[in-house]
Amino acid sequence: MPLRKINMRLSEHRYRTISSIAGPLLFVQGILNARIGEVVKVLTPDKRQIDGEVLQITGDTALIEVFAETRGLDIEKTTVVFTDSVRRAPLSPEIIGRVFDGSFVPIDGLPMYIAEKRVPITGLPINPTARARPEEFIETGISVIDGLNTLVKGQKLPVFSCSGLPSKEVVAAILRNSRVIKETAIPQGSETSAARGDFIVIFAALGLTFREYSYYMNTLKEMKSGFVAFVNMADEPAMERLLAPRFALTAAEYLAFDNGMDVLVIITDMTNYCDALREVSTAREELPGRRGYPGFMYSDLASLYERAGRIRGRKGSITMLPVLTMPEDDITHPIPDLTGYITEGQIVLSRALHQKGIFPPVDVLPSLSRLMQRGIGKGHTREDHRKVSNLLYKYYARGRDLRRLEAIVGKDGMTEKDRLMLDFADLFEREFVNQESVRRNINETLDMGIDLLKRFDFET
Amino acid sequence: MTGNITGISGPTVSVALKGLRLYERVYVGNAMLTGEVVKIESDRAVVQVYENTHGLAPDEPVRATGMPLAVSLGPGLLSGIFDGLQRPLQRLREETCPFIKSGKEIYALDRSRQWRFHPLKKKGDDISPGEIIGYVNEGRFHHFITCGNDISGTLSWIADGEINIEAAAGALTDGKEIPLYHEWPVRVPRPYRKKIAPSRPLVTGQRVIDFLFPFTKGGTAIMPGGFGTGKTILEQSVAKFADVDIVVYVGCGERGNEMAEMIEEFEMLKDPWTGSKLMDRTVLVINTSNMPVAAREASIYTAVTMAEYYRDMGFHVLLLADSISRWAEALREISSSLEEMPGEEGYPTYLSSRLSGFIERAGVVETYSGKTGSLSMVLSVSPPGGDFTEPVTQSCLRTTGAFLMLDTSLAHRRHFPAINWFQSYSLYAGELSAHYKDKVSPEWEDVQKECRDILRKEENLREVVEIVGIEGIQDQDRLLLHTAEMIRSTFLCQNAYTDDAFSTLEKTLSAVKKILDFHKEAGERLKQGTPLNDIL
Repeated sequence: MPLRKINMRLSEHRYRTISSIAGPLLFVQGILNARIGEVVKVLTPDKRQIDGEVLQITGDTALIEVFAETRGLDIEKTTVVFTDSVRRAPLSPEIIGRVFDGSFVPIDGLPMYIAEKRVPITGLPINPTARARPEEFIETGISVIDGLNTLVKGQKLPVFSCSGLPSKEVVAAILRNSRVIKETAIPQGSETSAARGDFIVIFAALGLTFREYSYYMNTLKEMKSGFVAFVNMADEPAMERLLAPRFALTAAEYLAFDNGMDVLVIITDMTNYCDALREVSTAREELPGRRGYPGFMYSDLASLYERAGRIRGRKGSITMLPVLTMPEDDITHPIPDLTGYITEGQIVLSRALHQKGIFPPVDVLPSLSRLMQRGIGKGHTREDHRKVSNLLYKYYARGRDLRRLEAIVGKDGMTEKDRLMLDFADLFEREFVNQESVRRNINETLDMGIDLLKRFDFET
Repeated sequence: MTGNITGISGPTVSVALKGLRLYERVYVGNAMLTGEVVKIESDRAVVQVYENTHGLAPDEPVRATGMPLAVSLGPGLLSGIFDGLQRPLQRLREETCPFIKSGKEIYALDRSRQWRFHPLKKKGDDISPGEIIGYVNEGRFHHFITCGNDISGTLSWIADGEINIEAAAGALTDGKEIPLYHEWPVRVPRPYRKKIAPSRPLVTGQRVIDFLFPFTKGGTAIMPGGFGTGKTILEQSVAKFADVDIVVYVGCGERGNEMAEMIEEFEMLKDPWTGSKLMDRTVLVINTSNMPVAAREASIYTAVTMAEYYRDMGFHVLLLADSISRWAEALREISSSLEEMPGEEGYPTYLSSRLSGFIERAGVVETYSGKTGSLSMVLSVSPPGGDFTEPVTQSCLRTTGAFLMLDTSLAHRRHFPAINWFQSYSLYAGELSAHYKDKVSPEWEDVQKECRDILRKEENLREVVEIVGIEGIQDQDRLLLHTAEMIRSTFLCQNAYTDDAFSTLEKTLSAVKKILDFHKEAGERLKQGTPLNDIL
């Protein structure tokens, strides 16, 4: 049998046949046998070793995407090594408490553990018939989320932020205060790691500034539950941002579905991820879609977001809180737009509320939790939850509507009833939405809502 | 025939293999991934692979099948849950694991299951093409077995009793067997004797649709809306309550959790028209957003072919697709990997003709067996940024008969279903009004007109109120605003999570009449001098 027909290689293949280099992409010629998704190592003339992956194969030419800075590469001396393996994440229970860079290399000064198993990072889609319906309430301690946009286990609920808004403080507040309420409510004050159960946070940071990084790391270290962090800093290769979330989610699947833990995955900032995706796509000279983002961005984002969920008959869950910054505060920008089409709702932060000094500045009107209906009410939170939530939303929406009228005719020109509605909207923002760093459990949140409604003599 | 892979780019693979036909099904690579030939050149063919191409390498074998991409049609489809290639997801899960791996071939129909075949013909009978020869009971339905559309002759024997789907139900004297199931290429519309103009209503149980934008059996409707406008909930409500025999629901590139929820609900809920389990009349095709893109492109064809199959037995079938935009995006992804010249917003220029080809598979038909069956479609559209000028919405508008525009501002006010009553339309309203007059109430049209009038006047009044304030307008107008508010909040709004989720035509009419009667009466009292506040 001629050599070319053998489909299994026994060792690495080395080539020095790069034909062109463009941005993060290399073309390598004369390849005997490459696979789509195969990991390659690129040995640079200055003796660095960087990682890449086969993106496309035409005849004996392979197109390689490099997950690092390609500065300094050349055609003559650069060597490309094909490893005959797809990218895998080394997994072990020892992963808990560790901090890695975007390429899964430890950066916490501790040695790498010995992997129990190595799993391809692209993941496999969960069979829709194997999914369990998300319906277990997660108490975040934030009234506007717990009360009006309830998060449940297995949900993916992004935070839509704008530049300059305290998204990291909101995320930190969720991290500090989240816990899963079992049907028997946890007695107050017993916020130990036991009460939190097998709850763990996986944190994937994409293009983080150092200031943000140290803020998040402090938050993670203060937490009583465990965490795993994958950190790609703002000055680190943009291409790594395509890998880090996949490493994070592969680790999440391992901890959730193999080890039965409830995993909360925080990815920040998805805007940086999408920009990296656009960079590769334009380097490949693909036809750009809206705002230059590639046409496959929806499917690509879905391949990340859809990894959240629960599986029937297995313990554990993956809940996802991606954070993204809306360019120009525009919710119709492709990044928030496509995200909103995939995720089960969104938490939208508002500049206006932030300027009023309200924290967390969550705008209730465009925010939504699609899975809320299943996670609230008797057996989950409280029987009156749905009613209180609907009433608060209804009156606040009325009040917000009337603010436009107020701007035209002035408060004096309005009916008594409308003025009351305006006052309600103000108070709702100042007292219910605004809670600074105080944690409120679900009972406190709902009681506060009822109290607010009663003060205005609204039906409760 | 076997050839080799020569190049791979995303979901498309170049193959050195001569003699392939366009749209032929092939098996790609050692993993035997399913693919379809989409382009042929003199020395190579381009194959679109329906599964993840990760790990595929050049020189791996490609096997031709000589057959186009087809689905199995026979008893056992109902209450089935399939992926875009008609792989049964439940059995796939039982036989493998909770995750979907590539390259697992599994029959769509259960071959071990025995069906009691009841003959309707006997030995020696002459059979014309497409004629019914007998039936099996599939749940509460008579699942008719017909002879192929291209064969005819005299029955030499016919089965009577328990058989499985691989067995023949009968044979003709020339030796041709009539099987219990057959394969049909998904991209070829199933034939019928003739098409009939739609004239009977399709009741959805949603007041705003049934009353203002009535839908018809054999009709087509689109529901475009930005995210959070309740497309999926509305699609699912229609799937639950529509007065049709069979529902085929395609989750095309949407969320997995939503589908899990839907499966659970459909297992529990009952069909309001017959009282039997909803799942018993439903076929689900699920290709979530993270499942392979090319299979997503095929999923709507898989679904419509199964829908046509039941239509051909004389059933009223409703196909719901959520969402057709994800299908169009899959088409765009494939087109761009084929390096085709793009049209508007990167979509291929054949987007519009493919869409109309698909949508025209709906309709009321007289089948070859002489029965009347219908296939209706309700398609949701997810326009990017909620902008309806984009190509998918616009292409759909050219061929569909009803446009139910989902409005973001209504959704923000938690007005669901968020169907905008000014922008939406139904071209079927005229054809159906005779039926409503006859079957429901002679007042139907007048009440509808009155209701529309109030909503239209309200819109104008709101503009005035914005400027002068509510105190600045007359009592008659304030009354109208009050009535319009009642229409909106108690009639047009419908909570999908309570018993209110379903409303019969009679209930719908009486609900709106109650409000309009109040309006009339209050108007009279105002004229007589009763203060407005006392009336309200």
